[in-house]
Parts: sequence; structure tokens; C-alpha cells
Amino acid sequence: MSEETSWLLGRLDASALPFWDALQHPTTPNVVNAVIASGAGAMVLLGALAAVVFLTWTKRWRWLWREWLTSPDHKKIGIMFIMIALVMLARAVIEAVFMRLQQAVGLDGGFLTAEHFGQLFTTHGTIMVFFMAMPFLTGIINYVMPLQIGARDLSFPVMNSISLGLTAAGAAIVMVSLILAPFSTGGWSGYPSFTESATNPGAGVDYWIWAVTLSTLSSTLTGINFAVTIYKRRAPGMQWFRLPLFTWTALCTSILMIFGMPPLTVATALLALDRYLDFHFFTVDLGGNMMNYINLFWAFGHPEVYILILPAFGIFSEVFSTFSGKKLYGYGALVIATMAIAVLSFTVWLHHFFTMGQSAHVNAIFGIATMLIGIPTGVKIYDWMLTMFRGRIRFSVPMIYAVGFILLFVLGGLTGIILAVPSVDYQIHNTLFLVAHFHNMLIPGLLFGMLAGTNLWFPKAFGFRLEERWGRRAAIGWIVGFMLAFFPLYALGILGMPRRSAAFFEPAYLPWTMAAMVGAVVILFAMLFLLIQLWVSVRDRHANRVPGGDPWDGRSLEWSIASPPPAYNFPVIPEVHSRDAYMRQKETGGGAHPRPDAYGDIEMPASSAMGPIIGIAGFLMAFGLTWYQWWLVVAAGAVSLVALIARGFVRNATRVIPAAEVRREHEAWIATLDSLTPITRADEQTRANRGLPASPIEGAVQ
Amino acid sequence: MSTSSLHSTASVGVRAFGLLAVFALAGCSDAHLTFLDPQGPVAAAQRHQFWLVIAVTSTVVLPVLVLTPWILVRYRYGRQAAYRPQWGFSKLADLVIWGVPVLVVIVLAITAWRSTLALDPYKPLTSDTPPLEVQVIGFDWKWLFVYPEQGIASVNRLVIPAGRPVSFELTSASVMQGFFIPALGSQIDVMNRMTTKLHLQADETGTFIGKNMQYNGTGFHQQRFVTQAVAPAAFQRFVDRTRQDGVPLDADAYRALDERGTAARLRQRLAPETAVAERGEIATLAFSALPAGFFDAVVAHESPNWNARDGEDGPPETGTDQDEPTNRDERRHERRNTQAATTGSRQS
Ligand code: HEM
Ligand SMILES: [Cu+2]
Ligand SMILES: [Cu+2]
Repeated sequence: MSEETSWLLGRLDASALPFWDALQHPTTPNVVNAVIASGAGAMVLLGALAAVVFLTWTKRWRWLWREWLTSPDHKKIGIMFIMIALVMLARAVIEAVFMRLQQAVGLDGGFLTAEHFGQLFTTHGTIMVFFMAMPFLTGIINYVMPLQIGARDLSFPVMNSISLGLTAAGAAIVMVSLILAPFSTGGWSGYPSFTESATNPGAGVDYWIWAVTLSTLSSTLTGINFAVTIYKRRAPGMQWFRLPLFTWTALCTSILMIFGMPPLTVATALLALDRYLDFHFFTVDLGGNMMNYINLFWAFGHPEVYILILPAFGIFSEVFSTFSGKKLYGYGALVIATMAIAVLSFTVWLHHFFTMGQSAHVNAIFGIATMLIGIPTGVKIYDWMLTMFRGRIRFSVPMIYAVGFILLFVLGGLTGIILAVPSVDYQIHNTLFLVAHFHNMLIPGLLFGMLAGTNLWFPKAFGFRLEERWGRRAAIGWIVGFMLAFFPLYALGILGMPRRSAAFFEPAYLPWTMAAMVGAVVILFAMLFLLIQLWVSVRDRHANRVPGGDPWDGRSLEWSIASPPPAYNFPVIPEVHSRDAYMRQKETGGGAHPRPDAYGDIEMPASSAMGPIIGIAGFLMAFGLTWYQWWLVVAAGAVSLVALIARGFVRNATRVIPAAEVRREHEAWIATLDSLTPITRADEQTRANRGLPASPIEGAVQ
Repeated sequence: MSTSSLHSTASVGVRAFGLLAVFALAGCSDAHLTFLDPQGPVAAAQRHQFWLVIAVTSTVVLPVLVLTPWILVRYRYGRQAAYRPQWGFSKLADLVIWGVPVLVVIVLAITAWRSTLALDPYKPLTSDTPPLEVQVIGFDWKWLFVYPEQGIASVNRLVIPAGRPVSFELTSASVMQGFFIPALGSQIDVMNRMTTKLHLQADETGTFIGKNMQYNGTGFHQQRFVTQAVAPAAFQRFVDRTRQDGVPLDADAYRALDERGTAARLRQRLAPETAVAERGEIATLAFSALPAGFFDAVVAHESPNWNARDGEDGPPETGTDQDEPTNRDERRHERRNTQAATTGSRQS
């Protein structure tokens, strides 16, 4: 990057190409790293090109635009969020494998340059948190929550589409940084003063700032959207204490998003002011103080980890209860525990920097506050065990993830308690012990939760079940791979190995880093199995269809409708009389699929181009800001502004689906149902499972 | 440290993961990599606390690990065990699952409170001998150890008398870093324009690795240092030899120190005839003399008074501006206190 800037390209020039440096200085390490980096860039380009060719070839551009990109349907938006998450997951896992490879041969060196390694842990962490975990859970909540509360859409469907656009823009920024490098080396936390322009003048930190800013804006809007929907859109009779537990966790997560995301938006904005306009919020001189950033970051960062974990808790609650054929144990306690965790999560941020030299009393108080969170979390674990106790446990794929979760998560809890004791944290802070701990929470917790949720609700969304055998292989691969890849890191941390080390000099570390690499390779296979599972499922979709809509003998309202559900979700908004609303309906006389007396016209939100417009403008603005292309920033800003104003003048924001059409569709589905043979749970994993469970006798399961 | 024994590496390699293996590794290595092989009172207390926390927390963790498999086997679909689909609450069970974690957390809270106050890095260690004062300055990517009483300094080599407490005052000349000697005890962050404190002690003579824990750029992993705990007489010899053989820390040397680069590069610049070749080796450098008040000047972003010498010209004057005064309008002490107020860091 040059200091000269042109009006058109700003600071962007040929030196941004990933192989430029190696052309100038063709040393062996430079060439090796350039090959890897250019390979990654080429993958992005080829991937994008393949998508364009495919869409053009199959003449699907129009379809893509009308049916997906501009759709306000929460179900489609949810699926698009999850697709972003899966693509980004693939990239971040590959990066993780490269880091593990580097450290496996990292005694005295390794094959990656330190600069490249720095970009790898930064993009890996940033992607996993902001562009894998957040879109994944946002997508699943988007899809499932309105169905669970008996709603037809979110309260603000177009805003939902804008959230998607902003997240996509952020993800695209991270992807583009592979082609026009570099990305930041400041880690996912981006602490100044390292990330100030005095130390890091290049485009890398700017990419990071704008990618993260787009993501936090998106999530704040999402949080508002979810919370308002849960407050206002519940079906009649769906009182607070009748909400499915997943919806409760969605509510807590969205409240955390509303209060937890803005601190980071503010922190990255202030950092941007420092970098672009010579402010001194976090610089080392002229009154700046980077400790303020660190506090702001963790005022976001700690609630964030509960934003990530609570929806997974919700999914596991549904999984344990559904696949044990049993009512959830301790519903009230689980709700209270979730709320308690959400509130407490704002009171513990300081445990991320016990070593910054504050008084021992402050450290001890925050350490104890942190342990308090262990109480409701521990209670939840036991509630889940008691849910399985005296149940009839079926080991379908979601249940395998759930079992892996419960056994591994408690170990992460144990190491979390260890880290929460300040006097011990002084020894293991910023070592690989910490890295092992948070992966121990994020992989068995968050990621297994999302994968379990995907296996659970996929048949709802697409009308056919995911294949079981490859699904089970993938789940076991993840469990084994996780243990191999991360238990050694506990040992390395205890042996004093700092996180973010591009290389090391202690032979004693070697066996552990080698073991961890084997684990990473196993995880790579688990990813491959996931892909095979998807492919096999799509191939055999006709054999695995579940038109009945209820393949798991489900308990909440989403199972009471067709799979895939109609655009309006419910032909008639259901009335709720108890917890586990649909199970109750199946158990009592009314029947699982009552025919309504009358159908009404249904008003649904109309399509809108706002999401893609704001998303593209956001991407261009972020790109322009990163490379100092001011004309682009102004143009993109003008487009967003005009679009927002123009949206205010739109008259036809809704479309009406006539009652006759609703009736026709619903009656067609009922006719299908009549043609299906109900099955018992013994046939759940076979092709006999068409989504119609035998009606329950004593409870749910025969 | 280069001599970690091969036999331990091999034997650990075949063993399954687990803390016991770490323990064994730590036990038979002479490199003292970990607090599980403690070489001082702080690390020893931390090891004790570590196992205590694991033991106490295990009372809620172990039942999960044992009972979950049992439940899974016993209540598997297809086995005709008891089935209570409508059962969703029991007072007794709730009492236990809330009560036991609460008790565990109470016990943990008490031990955490006590040990955190006892192991406060700012708290001087109790000892008959007065502590040795060492000032630590983190540069990118090397550590400078200043011995204000002795008037010497050293890069990446910290020599301390065994059995005598060491009182560290620390700062960073660059971005935030983390100062850490695992075998001796706690790590502490070092920050620009701020000082933090740390108290450690080595019980016996020995050599321990020290590290930077906070990522600060491409040389981060090379920012390691050697800590040598030696007998008091040997410490005096170290001081004498440093005064004799070292180079003075003058304005030129300071500029070289302040430049981003590893200690090996610094050594190439300042003492080219002794440049280190091996990659894993820790490059060190000795400074025979340095300006009085050097540390405070670095903290305050002021230019050290290159004419005043610690240990020679009587009491050091602090913060005298000389050729290029970079003084900002504020007084240094006010600044430090403001920072303490905003985030609770205790400086000055
Ligand atoms: C899939 C298997 C995964 C592997 C093999 C893996 C591996 C790694 C490695 C090697 C590092 C660098 C450790 C170091 O600092 O030395 C890392 C850092 C990190 N990982 Fe992962 N990871 C995985 C999944 C995840 C997931 C699912 C998440 C979050 C949802 C995640 C979040 C992070 C974060 C936040 C960092 C810290 C980045 C930083 O230091 O700034 N990882 N991971
Ligand atoms: Cu936290
Ligand atoms: Cu500070």
C-alpha cells in the first residue's frame, strides 16, 4: 500500500495483491505464503465466478432476486443467514487447520510467516464469532421462533432483510480481503493501541473495523426485531410461561443483542475516528487510553458469549425433551436460569483482564460474580439430565450432538471456573488453556447446538429428513475431533504456551501440538461428512419426505403445520391452551390437525429491495472507507439515504393471500395427511417416517 | 530453553492427554515450564489453588459425567424401563440441583476471595530480606530489565538472587504486553504510560523461561527471556561483570531498543561481534550504565537525562527534559491517576 492516493483507487494499488510481496522479494517463506494466500484468493474468485455462471446458465437470476433476495419471509431470510454461516464456517475451519499445521511443525519456525499467522487467527476468530456463529443462530431463530409462537412473520420483515444484507456485506468484506489483502493481525478483539495507525497503518485493521461494524449493526437490528416479535406476535393463549424454551432463549439472546452489541459498535467507531481523523480515544498519547476500549469491548464481549450460547441451550432443551419423549424437566427453573444468566452476563466483563493491575478486591468480586453464573448453568445441565431420566431416549442425530454437548460442556464449565479464580487466572490467562476453554464452550455448546438444530428443523424447512448415517458420522467426528484438537491445548496452556504464537521453541510442546493437529484433521473429515450428509440427503430426498410435517413427534407449534410450511405459516392462527402446545393438541380429543370452520384473507408483507440495496451500499461504503476511496463512500452513502427515504413513500407494503387459496392449500395438505400411515418411534429413522406420528396413548411415545 | 529432555517428550507423546501427564512431564524436565513445577512461593500457592478448585468443582461435574451415560443406557428407547412422560418437577430434585451448586460456589467464592487477596501481584512478599528492585520495560519485541540500585540493565536476561523477593515495577514502551514467568508466579500486563507492579521470588537457584503473553506483532513469539535465580554471591558477580563488559545505554542504544525488532537484531546492531545465530536461542544484551530516572522517563514519554547516571551520581533526578522535550501539557502524575480512576488500575 502506498502513501500516494489516487482519487479513483484511493490507497489501493498492486501491492494489495496477495502475491505482490513475493514477486518483489522472492524468498522461500514469502513464496510459500504467497502461494497459500493466492490460492485462498483464487478460491474466493472461482467460487463467486462459479455461482455467477451457474445462475446465468440456469437462468435463475430473476428467481434469485424475486424469490429470495427481496423476500421478506422470515423462513427464507433464516435459510439465507444459515447459508452465509456455513460458507464462512468452511473458510474458518480451513484457516484453523492451517494454524494447527503451523504449530504442529512450529518448533523453531514452521512454514507460515508470522504476519500470515496473525491474519489467520484474526480472520478465524472474527469469522467464527461474527460471520459463522451470529448468522447461524440468527438464521435458526429467524426460521423457528415465529413458528413456535404461532406468528406469520417477524414484526419488521423488511428490517429483517436489511439485517441480512448488512451481515452479508460484512462477510463479503472479510472475503474480499483475501483478494485485496491484508486483513488485520490484531486478533478478534482488536485491542488498541496495537490497532492504532501508529502501529498498524495499513488497510488490515480498517477491513476488520468495518466488517465488525456491519455485523454489530445487523445484530442490533435483529435483536430489536426478535424481541418485539416475541412481545407482540404471540398467538392467542401463548402466555409467557407457555413459550417453548427455545423461544425463551431467543428472547434473552435478543435482549442481550440490544444492549450488548452497541458497545462494540461504539468502540469500533471510536477506533475509526482515531485512525481516520486523528482523534485520541485509545492512542498512547494526547490523553488516549486503550483501557477504555478494553472495557467497551468486553462490555460487548461477555454478553456476546451468552448471545452465542443461549440459543444453543434452547435447542438442546427441545432436543432432550423431544427425543426422550418426555416433558421438559424444570421448565420454570430453566426459564429463570436463562434470565439469570442473561442479567448476570453484564456484570462479569472484567474477568477478561484480571491481569491489568486493578485491585485484588475488584478482581475477587468479579471472579465471584463469574462463578455465580455457574449456578444457573449447572442447574440447566441437571435439568436436562432429569429430562432424559425415565424417558425413552432415541439416538437420532440431534440427540448425539446433545449428548456430546452435555458431557463436554461440563468440562468447559470446570475450566471456566478455574479461569474465574483470579489467583489462578494469573497463571493461565492468554495461554492456550484459555483458547481451549472457549473452544470447549463454543464447539460443543454453540456449534453442536446449531448443528443439532439444523438436523432437527431441516425436515420442517425442506420437507425431507437429513440422512442419518452420515449425520451420525459427522456428529461423532466432531466430538472426537474436538477432544483431540482441544484437550492438548489445555496441557499446552498449563505448560505456559501463549496464545497467538506463530512458533515456539520448547520441544516439550511438540507432542501436544501434533495431537492437536490430528484433531483438526478429524474435524476436517467431520466437515466433509456434513457435506456428504447434505448431498446424500438431497439425492434421496423423495425417499425421505415428511409431508406430514411432524417427523420427531414434536411438542411445539412448528410441528403442527406442513413441511415445508406455507408462506403464511398458519392457515388459521392457532389458539394455545398449555405448554407444549402441539403435544397437548395431539393428546387431547381435538385431534392433531383440526379443520377450521372458516378461513380468512391473510395479509403478508410485500417483497422489498431494501435489504439488497442497503447490503450492497454497506459493502461498497466499507470497501471505500478501507481503501480511502472517498467518492465511493459518498456515493454509497447517498444511495442508502435515498433508499431509506424512498422506502417511507412506499404504499403497497403488503400483499393479500385470498381465503380461497388458503383453504385450497390447507385442504390439499389434510388430504395428504389422510393418505399417510402413522408410525411409532421405532420407525423414526426409517423411510416409513412420513412425518405422521401415531397418536399418543400414555404420553408421547410407544 | 533448549534442553528440555527428549525422553520426557517421547514418553508423554504416547500417553493420553490429561493433567497427570503434564504433571509427569513437568516433573522430569529441567526447564521449569509450568506452575505445576513451581519454583517459588507464588507459583506453589497457585498450584495448590488450581487443584483445590478442580477438586471442589468436581463435586458437580463428576455426577454429570457418571450419571449421564447411565441414564442414556438405562432409558434407551426399546428398553422397558420406567417411563414418566408427564413428570416435570420434583421438589427434592430441585433442592439438590440448586443447593449443591450454591454450596460449591460458596466454597469456591471463599477460597477465591482469600487466594486472590493473598496472591495480589501488588502485595509484597513476606521475607526477612528486603526485596530486589527491578524495573521492567517491554519493547517490541524484547524486554529490558533495569536494576536501579545497581545502575545496570539487561535485555532478555533477568538475573535474581534465589531466596530473595523481587519487586517489579513494569511499563511498556510500545503497545500492551504481558510479562510472565510461569515457574515463579503471576503474569501482569505492561502498558504504555502506565506502571504496574508484581512481586515474585525464586526459592532455589535455577533457570526459568519468561514470556510475553499479549500479542504485539510479528516478533511476538520471539519476545522471550531467561530468568536465572542465582546465589547471592553469583548475583554480585553478575552485577560486576555487567558493569565491566556491558555497553552503556546511551541515546543511540535507546533508539535501537525502541525500534521494532527482536533482541537478536538489537544485538546485531549494538554488539555485532557476538550476534546469535541459532533461532531458538534467546539473545541477551548487557548495559553497563544508564541514565538516572530512565524508567520514569520512559513512562512519562520524556527524554531521559543522558548525563545523569544511576548508581554513580547519587540520587536519581526524574524526568528532566533535555534535547527533545516531548512534554504534553499535563503533569505526569495527574495523568496516571486519571487512568487509575477510569479503569481501576492502580498506578503511582
Ligand atoms: C472447528 C474447529 C476449530 C479449530 C480447529 C479452531 C482452532 C483455533 C486456533 C488454532 C486458534 C488460534 C489459537 C491461538 O491463539 O494460538 C483459534 C482461535 C480462535 N477461535 Fe477457533 N477453532 C475452531 C472453531 C472455532 C469456533 C466454532 C469458534 C467460535 C464460534 C472459534 C473461535 C475462535 C476465536 C474467537 C479465536 C481467537 C482468535 C484470536 O486470538 O483473536 N473457533 N481457533
Ligand atoms: Cu466473559
Ligand atoms: Cu493500564
